[in-house]
Amino acid sequence: MPNFREIVTRNEFLVLMTIIVLSIIISFINPQAFLTLANLFRILRSSIVIGIFAMGVLIVLISGGIDVSFPAIAVFALYSTVAIMFNLGIQDALLAIFPETTAYLLGFIVALLLGALIGMILGAINAFFIAQFNLPTLIVTLGTLNAFRGFLLFFVGTLIFREEIPQGMVELSRTNLLSISPPEQRTANLNISILILLAVTVLVWFLLRYTMLGRAIYAIGGDREAAARAGFNIRRTQYFIYIFVGILAGIGGIVFGSLGRQANPFDIVGTELDVIAAVVLGGASISGGRGTVIGTLLGVLLITLVSSSLVVIGIPSEFQKVVVGALIIIGVAIPAVQNRRAVTPQAT
Amino acid sequence: MASAETPQVKKDTTFNFTELVLSKEGDVLRLSIIVVLLFALFSVLRSDTFPTVGNMRSMVFQASEIGILALGVSLTMLTGGIDLSINATANLVGILAGTILTAMIPEGAGTGQIAFALVVALSVGTLTGLVCGLFNGFLVAVVGIPAILATLGTLILYEGIGTAITNGASVFAQEALSFVGNGDVIGIPVPLILLLAATGVLTFILNRTRFGFEVYLLGTNPLAAKFSGIDNTMVLIKTYALSGLLSALAGIVVLGRINAASVDFGGSYVLLAVLIAVLGGIDPYGGSGRLLGVLLALIALQFLSTGLNMVLFQLSGANFFKEFAWGLLLLLVLLLNFYIAKRNT
Repeated sequence: MPNFREIVTRNEFLVLMTIIVLSIIISFINPQAFLTLANLFRILRSSIVIGIFAMGVLIVLISGGIDVSFPAIAVFALYSTVAIMFNLGIQDALLAIFPETTAYLLGFIVALLLGALIGMILGAINAFFIAQFNLPTLIVTLGTLNAFRGFLLFFVGTLIFREEIPQGMVELSRTNLLSISPPEQRTANLNISILILLAVTVLVWFLLRYTMLGRAIYAIGGDREAAARAGFNIRRTQYFIYIFVGILAGIGGIVFGSLGRQANPFDIVGTELDVIAAVVLGGASISGGRGTVIGTLLGVLLITLVSSSLVVIGIPSEFQKVVVGALIIIGVAIPAVQNRRAVTPQAT
Repeated sequence: MASAETPQVKKDTTFNFTELVLSKEGDVLRLSIIVVLLFALFSVLRSDTFPTVGNMRSMVFQASEIGILALGVSLTMLTGGIDLSINATANLVGILAGTILTAMIPEGAGTGQIAFALVVALSVGTLTGLVCGLFNGFLVAVVGIPAILATLGTLILYEGIGTAITNGASVFAQEALSFVGNGDVIGIPVPLILLLAATGVLTFILNRTRFGFEVYLLGTNPLAAKFSGIDNTMVLIKTYALSGLLSALAGIVVLGRINAASVDFGGSYVLLAVLIAVLGGIDPYGGSGRLLGVLLALIALQFLSTGLNMVLFQLSGANFFKEFAWGLLLLLVLLLNFYIAKRNT
């Protein structure tokens, strides 16, 4: 058992305390708007997609890299999947064979698999540049971010899909895991896609904690040279990492499109900072080797709480970015001060 | 490693052009060839519009502000870091300077009043850039946050401050500042003069001063720099402060050119600045690269952007092809540099 001092100085604990204190302040100022089940479920719903992305970013950060291209992969996967399924008439074909509910479920599963496949291919492109040539990850993914998005907008399309969305994806946004109607309050709905986030989280947790691959990811983030000497295959591990991030980005993109019931090729790109911020706030170190699934989930919750609840307590939306920026800086400064080392730490 | 022990001396006295182009010192030559080739290509494809004085002038105005930002990124990259907050800083400077000008110059103000307002606005702008840069330097060097994260955080923070001041709307400047963005001195656009002056001063600093030497040494090996008596903390703080000052200059040029400032301006400038720095031969891991290369990379990229626009202008979404081409170019340059580095070891 870790002692009391260890627990309080843990990053997860600090983030949790921040969430609790912030929640208390918000509930004091505006209990009617904040302290409802509907609001809680709303916050959870808006953290689902960020959460899925964050799990991918967590793995990259632990390995000592950074990936800013995942939003481009996500929107690429979403838009192409919808275009492919619509043009091939996959949902209609499924409806012709199966009963309605099954057809919708299968339609969503096809979309998810297709999105994951496209994400995997794009992730493999990142992996190729990073693992094969040992190039700086920020610069490579900055390049692919623009290449993927430019390709999507120039070669695939710029029109927003609304009616063309497969019905199976639309059904996801209407299916609730929990639907509670408290007396004299709005009905609180918890969307079923929280299960996807849960599944991804458990998978990443298992991967990091119980597999050799997970050990390898921590090892190459902690000390690349030492990891190589210890016998970890760095190239293969990096291939896995960036392909896996691509798959998660693809899945996240499909869930995003399903919840919003549209595929807009201009969406998602621009949210990369929020996601990276959430993971970093959760205690993952960009210089690698550190980071936990629980911390990341808390970080996601904190970012979602801040961006969705500041308005509730009367802080104008124009000030939200100041708060988020300050939070990030404080969030990364605390661990940096805690383990400052002799060498000037600059990430590459 | 093996070749270091058994040096393969290939002192060929005959002049070998391919050898020179592909050598480690050939980066400036390579870039010059790319610039000439791009110019020739687009001059042939769009002989009516590309090789004209008017087009060259409009390209200069577009390229100068990005060039100034690219200098800031290059400097921080030389130390092995990066400054992603350049554009946010530039916009914040533009917003503050614009707000001051609007507040201090009422309608029908006299020349003296305008001059005084200009001095105040420019001083506050410069000071803002300096403070933003110093804060970045403090976070990177004193607190010890990795440069990517520190400047990502300040990017959001500075943008947030700008949004809080303006409510996200545009701030307008005054005619008084237009000279900086649109003016001419003996036929040379002022932004170009500012870019060249900044490049000149920085080249002098990097090549001829103790600080410049320290920047390169710190970028090559921070530990060795520390043990040779260099105050790494101070060098880093100064580097990020310089980057902040350059951002302020870019912000003022933009404010003068488009007569407005907002937090949304120049969304792709960060990528472009990084692209130009890497294309120009600045090593992202720090320690090597020359600003002359950065300048050539800027010209190459501007030719490519304008040229592609002219060739593709009938197609819908030509802008997005440019985005695609930039990304691809960055990756290709990384690969090329990889092979050249490998060839020369």
